[in-house]
Amino acid sequence: MATEARQRTATPFYRDSRSIASILQVGFAIAVMVGLWLLYTNMMDGLRRANLLPSFAFLTQPAGFPIAESVIPYDPTMNYGQAFIVGVINTLRVAVTGIILATILGLFLGICRLSNNWLLRNAALVYVEIVRNVPLLLQLIFWFLLTKAFPRVQESINLGGLIYLHNRGLTMAWPEAHASFTEWTPWLWAGLLLGVAYYVARRIQFVRRDRPGIALPWALLLVAGTALAGFVATRLQTGDWPVVLNLPELQRFNFTGGLAVTASFAALLIGLVIYTAAFISEVVRSGIQAVNKGQREAARALGLTNGQTLRLVIFPQALRIIIPPLTSQYLNLAKNSSLAVAIAYPDLFYVGSTINNQTGQAVPVILMLMGSYLVLSLLTSLVMNWYNRRIQLVER
Amino acid sequence: MASTDLSTGRTRPARPSIDALGWLRENLFSSWLNTLISLVLLWMIYELVSGLAGFIFHAQGWSAVASNLKLLLTWTYPPDQLWRPQLVFGLLALLLGLSAGVWRGITLVLATGFGALCLIAALLALALPATANQVALQAWQMCLAAAALVLAGYGGSTAARERLRWPVVIAWVLLYPTVILILRGVGGAMPVVGSNLWGGLMLTVLLSASGIVLSFPLGVLLALGRRGNLPVIRWFCVAYIELIRGVPLVTVLYMASLMLPLFLPGGENIDQLVRATVAVTLFSAAYLAEILRGGLQAIPKGQAEAARALGLNMFQTTLLIMLPQALRAVIPVLVSHFISLFKDTSLVVIVGLADLLGAAQGIVGQPQWLGTPGGVWRETFLVIAVIYWALSFTMSRSARQIELELNIGKQ
Amino acid sequence: MKRQMLVVLTGALAMLLTACGGQTPQAATQPPAQPTTAAPATTQGPTAAPATAATAAPSAAAGGGQAQPATGGRIQTIISRGKLICGVNASALPGFASVDSTGTYKGFDIDYCKAIAAALFNDPSKVEYRPLSAADRFTALQTGEIDVLNRNSTFTLQRDGALGLEWMPTTFYDGQGMMVRKSSNIKTLEDLNGATICVQTGTTTELNLADNFRARGLKFTPLVFQTNDEVVAAYEADQCNGFTTDKSGLVSSQTLLKNPAEHQILDVTMSKEPLGPAVAQGDQQWGDAVRWIVFATFQAEEFGITSANLGEFTSSTVPDIQRFLGLGDNKLGAGVGLSNDFVQRVIKAVGNYEEIYNRNLGPSTPFNLPRGLNTLYTKGGLLYSPPFR
Repeated sequence: MATEARQRTATPFYRDSRSIASILQVGFAIAVMVGLWLLYTNMMDGLRRANLLPSFAFLTQPAGFPIAESVIPYDPTMNYGQAFIVGVINTLRVAVTGIILATILGLFLGICRLSNNWLLRNAALVYVEIVRNVPLLLQLIFWFLLTKAFPRVQESINLGGLIYLHNRGLTMAWPEAHASFTEWTPWLWAGLLLGVAYYVARRIQFVRRDRPGIALPWALLLVAGTALAGFVATRLQTGDWPVVLNLPELQRFNFTGGLAVTASFAALLIGLVIYTAAFISEVVRSGIQAVNKGQREAARALGLTNGQTLRLVIFPQALRIIIPPLTSQYLNLAKNSSLAVAIAYPDLFYVGSTINNQTGQAVPVILMLMGSYLVLSLLTSLVMNWYNRRIQLVER
Repeated sequence: MASTDLSTGRTRPARPSIDALGWLRENLFSSWLNTLISLVLLWMIYELVSGLAGFIFHAQGWSAVASNLKLLLTWTYPPDQLWRPQLVFGLLALLLGLSAGVWRGITLVLATGFGALCLIAALLALALPATANQVALQAWQMCLAAAALVLAGYGGSTAARERLRWPVVIAWVLLYPTVILILRGVGGAMPVVGSNLWGGLMLTVLLSASGIVLSFPLGVLLALGRRGNLPVIRWFCVAYIELIRGVPLVTVLYMASLMLPLFLPGGENIDQLVRATVAVTLFSAAYLAEILRGGLQAIPKGQAEAARALGLNMFQTTLLIMLPQALRAVIPVLVSHFISLFKDTSLVVIVGLADLLGAAQGIVGQPQWLGTPGGVWRETFLVIAVIYWALSFTMSRSARQIELELNIGKQ
Repeated sequence: MKRQMLVVLTGALAMLLTACGGQTPQAATQPPAQPTTAAPATTQGPTAAPATAATAAPSAAAGGGQAQPATGGRIQTIISRGKLICGVNASALPGFASVDSTGTYKGFDIDYCKAIAAALFNDPSKVEYRPLSAADRFTALQTGEIDVLNRNSTFTLQRDGALGLEWMPTTFYDGQGMMVRKSSNIKTLEDLNGATICVQTGTTTELNLADNFRARGLKFTPLVFQTNDEVVAAYEADQCNGFTTDKSGLVSSQTLLKNPAEHQILDVTMSKEPLGPAVAQGDQQWGDAVRWIVFATFQAEEFGITSANLGEFTSSTVPDIQRFLGLGDNKLGAGVGLSNDFVQRVIKAVGNYEEIYNRNLGPSTPFNLPRGLNTLYTKGGLLYSPPFR
């Protein structure tokens, strides 16, 4: 025992892989810290020379600059912090809408890629090959410039008085709640409750009988029916529709009323959706193709229709393969939304760079920007990972 | 094997020959739904193609592109020094040709793609008016010369494959610094050309190449660090990789352009191109590390164990056994990464550099086109979109070809 | 194959070094190891600078940096570099800064770059123009990328203070205006209630617009772009009803429009816009030099000295003029780090203020901009140079 111990200590420490590892790591840590410290002192030194010591105090000062579009109320008297939040919300708005639309379009294209119609299959292929080989920024600028080709506001293209297309974007009729909306809300709740109850009951029934069936459309129909009944009932009761369409009206310069979608937002959304959908369609296609061919054949042998095979057999299995690469496409879309700066959509990056320009506080602004994007990426990953785990559990 | 259609992954039995009508019935009009889809699509394709053709033949802004070709390719690089970018282009062509002859396989695929692009470009450039007052080759001459160089390189090297192997390897290693040196200049016959004058397609290619070449060492180290069993280093690598991958390239570029000068003592002046290069390198390294990590993971454990058993140390095992295999496995992914980097470099426009996209924007903004109805942006952007597309598409096709070759090698 | 892979790999690793090597030539334009230590202010080598600066900074900052030894020496940097780096407008603003078909820069702002280069090198062509957008112009100064900013920028307290800039005498007194289509029948700002207005981001214009409309209780939708080109294009396409920027900029941009006669500039001034050069704070000597170069153009007009008649004045016996031109034993230039005859160099290169103005904006140009406030104080304007003595 003792000799053994002596033998072990006889190995000089510089040949002992464990101590080498520790020394290496300590050395590395020190090097990194010294490096970072050097950069930090250099930076502070330079900033001090320029009389620009970083501080977050500017956040509470009035911003003074206007922002073209905002979901929350904003005017230039509000402070830089609030302006930044407007930017964050604008980014979220385009990212969330973009993700939903890109998924739908991507799914559709992915299925087209596998169609037995030669023309459809190859049209989808051509779409994918064109879109993903051209830089997104170029596509965004293209869509934005294309909006200039639309007529002036005064000569808008009128689609049934509901949607007006013009070179500032589009203005469309949008539902607006009236005073009697409160009367209607109980009906909505009741409809929702009924729908959920029906759906759950049916699902339990399916599982018991061990047969697939369709529950969701009927449940949705139930919700819609109840809501509609309530809608009419409220009108009869109060003499006032709970929700009316707010129609756009042309004033001297612009439309008032309705929902205005600016050209910047439209161009950004279209560009992001078209670009990301091309990548998503590839993910979907390879996911579906990765499902064992035997599965499809077995399903057909069991007498399932084409649609049923896709919906009940192929898709649930493909989903497990699709989700991880799909997540990274979602992350790309969220990050790519920062290109909005090139087409004047006031997103996070745009507002951030304006703030930096006004205050000269480059370091805090960059920290805030990077932090926000990291949180956004992290949240997206978390949601998708949670969903991924959930569908993986389906495996029995 | 031969009947496997890899693009769709379906195996098709050898099919008896079908006449055209039969093919149509089977592929376009097999059911009423398919018929409907086919008809609608045919109509859409007709509209699109005729619209595009109408635009191409009737647009009035083509002269904006034709007269500004030099700006698109090299931006404000001095006209009397244009032979230098052309020399670089020729060098690249020759080297590709030589490698194709020496190694065949993958490199042959790339060289063929490159040569074909050059030929097509040469044919297209023939239609352009000759530009005067430049001490350099005309566009079509240059493209033709490049294609010829690829061919000459290929022919020359097949004759002496063994002898040329090492010189070509060394030439590749020296290519990047040589290119920078030629473009930058040393004085005398090659006066210094400041990087603020570089731009256009040249800058796009240079930036994306820098993104790969310069980020390679950093990417390798990060990948090894993340795979290693030293916790401190691993955490650092994970933190770096995830931080960079979590933020958009624009913010990294923005940070580099605002903060890089502050990081250096004395507030030295770093030119905008170096800042953008640093940003692209730091950004690319994180993605490269993840790609390489995937390659390293794919190597069977036995390889490392066998190497250790043979008496190789850690360093030797990594450098001689692990990395070469990992690299080989990820070549197709590397090409895809290069393609996305190639497209992403267009973001340097946002920090004020004039790459291909920036040059196009500059041309569109020239006051003399204000009189053209609708401006000249459609024509200009269409041309650069085609350039971007042709290069990316060729590269992605090559990547697929490489993937096939590697798979065949494995089986 | 394997051995070659290895070589390529080690080659790639070696790239890390060669890459740095590949970029050193690029850095070569920067001061090559500070060759002349003859700089009156630089007492230490470039590498030692940060440490001393760090310790000296608090007191220096508090005292307005009048001691300045640690951070001075911009003039020596420029001279050893062999050219002045001048930040100018990235998008064409004819009359102030634009690139003609031969690729040369022209305009009012450009002439002031040339004036500074002439004072330093006796050669107005030794300028490297760095095109900058409104959003990145101040950063370029702060980070030392450019020596001086000549980009129709407004002198404000915020920019002088918090942004770390130092403003030179105003070379052009301007005010913010609004351009509209004649057909729209808009006569006042009030008529623009509810309109969409095109404006460039990162400008005082953007802030003034918001302030003016708020003060009048009017609503508007901003349409904001990074460059003047984009703003003009959007206005041209009728994506906005009004286009606002400095009046001089409006006059200049109007000439770019397809049909200039269809547009008019409203008779309303929304702000004070004193435009002038700016340098980075912290190098008092460099600031002084630029300041007096600008004053020299004013004073030359006051004395009636032009580039054409400069020769007649070099034999002048009037003491004021002798001092001004650095004749005889007068050594005024050295006080601001310039040569004693810097005024002569400037006048020879670009002429006096009147010449600069008329060449770029005057009656013989398409703009024909009246001088307004931009005349000498003796004629009721605001141009006033402190005495050269």
